[in-house]
Amino acid sequence: MENLNHLMQGFEDVVAPMNLLLALIGVVIGTAVGVLPGIGPAMTVALLLPITYGMEPVQAFIMFAGIFYGGMYGGSTTSILLNTPGESSSVVTAIEGNKMAKAGRAAQALATAAIGSFVAGTIGTLLLVLVTPFVVEFAVSLGAPDYFALMLLAFVAVTSVLGSSRIRGLISLLLGLTIGVVGIDAVSGQQRLTLGIPQLADGIDVVVVAVGIFAVGEALWVAAHLRRKPAEVTPVGRPWMGAGDWKRSWRPWLRGTAYGFPFGALPAGGAEIPTFLSYATERRLTKHPEEFGKGAIEGVAGPEAANNASAAGTLVPMLALGLPANATAAVMLAAFQMHGIQPGPLLFERETALVWALIASLFIGNLLLLLLNLPLAPTWAKLLRIPRPYLYAGILFFASMGAYAVNAQPVDLFVLLVLGLLGFAMRRFGLPVLPLIVGVILGPRAELQGRRSLQLSGGELSGLVGGPVSYAVYTTVVLMLAWPLIRRFVVRPLRAARRA
Amino acid sequence: MSSQVDERSAESTRSPEGKDRAQYGVCAFLALLGAAVIVDGLGIRHLTSTTDPVGPRTVPVILGVLLLVVAAVYAVDVARGGRGEPEAGEDVDLSQGSDWRTVLLLIVAFLVNAVLIERLGWVISGTLLFWGTAFALGNRHYVRNLAIAVALSLITFYAFAIGLGVNLPAGVLQGIL
Repeated sequence: MENLNHLMQGFEDVVAPMNLLLALIGVVIGTAVGVLPGIGPAMTVALLLPITYGMEPVQAFIMFAGIFYGGMYGGSTTSILLNTPGESSSVVTAIEGNKMAKAGRAAQALATAAIGSFVAGTIGTLLLVLVTPFVVEFAVSLGAPDYFALMLLAFVAVTSVLGSSRIRGLISLLLGLTIGVVGIDAVSGQQRLTLGIPQLADGIDVVVVAVGIFAVGEALWVAAHLRRKPAEVTPVGRPWMGAGDWKRSWRPWLRGTAYGFPFGALPAGGAEIPTFLSYATERRLTKHPEEFGKGAIEGVAGPEAANNASAAGTLVPMLALGLPANATAAVMLAAFQMHGIQPGPLLFERETALVWALIASLFIGNLLLLLLNLPLAPTWAKLLRIPRPYLYAGILFFASMGAYAVNAQPVDLFVLLVLGLLGFAMRRFGLPVLPLIVGVILGPRAELQGRRSLQLSGGELSGLVGGPVSYAVYTTVVLMLAWPLIRRFVVRPLRAARRA
Repeated sequence: MSSQVDERSAESTRSPEGKDRAQYGVCAFLALLGAAVIVDGLGIRHLTSTTDPVGPRTVPVILGVLLLVVAAVYAVDVARGGRGEPEAGEDVDLSQGSDWRTVLLLIVAFLVNAVLIERLGWVISGTLLFWGTAFALGNRHYVRNLAIAVALSLITFYAFAIGLGVNLPAGVLQGIL
């Protein structure tokens, strides 16, 4: 009940005309930037961070909520109209979505994506309101050893569950942890890996890392392989759906939401698994199996809803525990730190107004998105034709501006370039970027919690094991790490025995 | 679930014909980085106290060792034919080799901005950055690009530095803008 009052207060904050305007601007530019080819939701949020530098935190996060959902929706527009998804989470949307677009049903594909995103986003945010207080209550009781264990879990999850190759995920994570070490050690005040450069004493800002790896790395990578002729854009009218489309869409929306939210809320969930599950489910349940592979609306409605619900779900561990489970949440976390706010259980106590204003603006941003995107879709589609030199020149331009503005020191631009080259190399060698970002953000905090745990135990390693929570978490970690072995020596022989 | 993904991609990325030998360069880089992190870590004064029994050295040293181990494991993976899938994308054409000339020109434009931003100010250095990167990416409308670059820099300067209070230097144009 108390939370409901907080939420109402949040709505009151958001509907003030100035804040509503900020939410609207956030949605518009979030969508506009997210639609641009090659720019996924995480890069959208990273590139648009500078806009909020000068704002009060509440205003900044109202705008951010709009940018967040706008960027997500923009990404699915790109994958439907161009068939080349910017992020792994919209891969599935592209499968049927682009087929629909090619068959002259782009308007319906965009409509079911927009309305499905709205439905899933709204339900997801409602669930966020319901679930988060419990997670917070649970999180308040956690001590340093439990946090340390949870962060280890996040590390193991992003390196071994998501992505295709464990060794490549681990390389990325270690690079991120190493970047996180740079600067003055918070406990002892000693300089580490600063190479004698005074500006590095404060560490490398997470925003600079995110912009460097996502934006500069991507721009350099694409520039080295620029397609001579840009991909073809399917023309699109105003999105609309007939009665038949509605009938075929609403169940997939709800099922997609049911898949998306729980996976998103897990520290290792992400959006890939639920979108694939949703696609497989719709394919099995559909009354029009002949259309799958040729543009079935269920195959857009379900995965798109799953994608958005999972995005809302990721906010649960991000806000309540300070653990980012996907790239967009990682950049959001960086934005919080940028404004001097540390997500975690205390956030709800210390920054009550801010949190609930953010949650309220998630609802409002979602609604604005729906109202805007149905009529504006043809305009967004035009953005896909932007000449590529301007697009990538623009990305580098705004990336430089954003990175410089963090600390107003030119050194950051050199750091940005080095990180951009690192991002380039990671794309060349197929190293995933998410573990690196998570490593940079969580590494220093994991070290702090680990050292705090050992301080309590006087240096005995047993201090790292706290209550039942850390036991459970360590068990999960071991299971995750040992899963390939378990599979090879337990699951497969069992299955073979059953078959024989 | 995880290992399914693992195995499938491990099989598909392990092609018999031709290893991606450039990956050994990554191994070398990781090994060097690991060594450097260890050396730097050992150079830190070992300060431990009752409130901090671990001290600032431990984590870098552990990380350095892990980097060395990972470099070795990665080298084994590469020797067995493992390779990472280069990232695909909307505008990416992987059928051709890398276009290093474009990348170098972009880096030059980027560095010009980094060196000049404080001296000449964002409006001028940003203009050079946009114009230079558009040129590097193959656009040859010199005059039109200059107009766009100047407009973008001015708009961002007024909107961000003056409107939103973001830190962007005025440089030599201080007092004029």
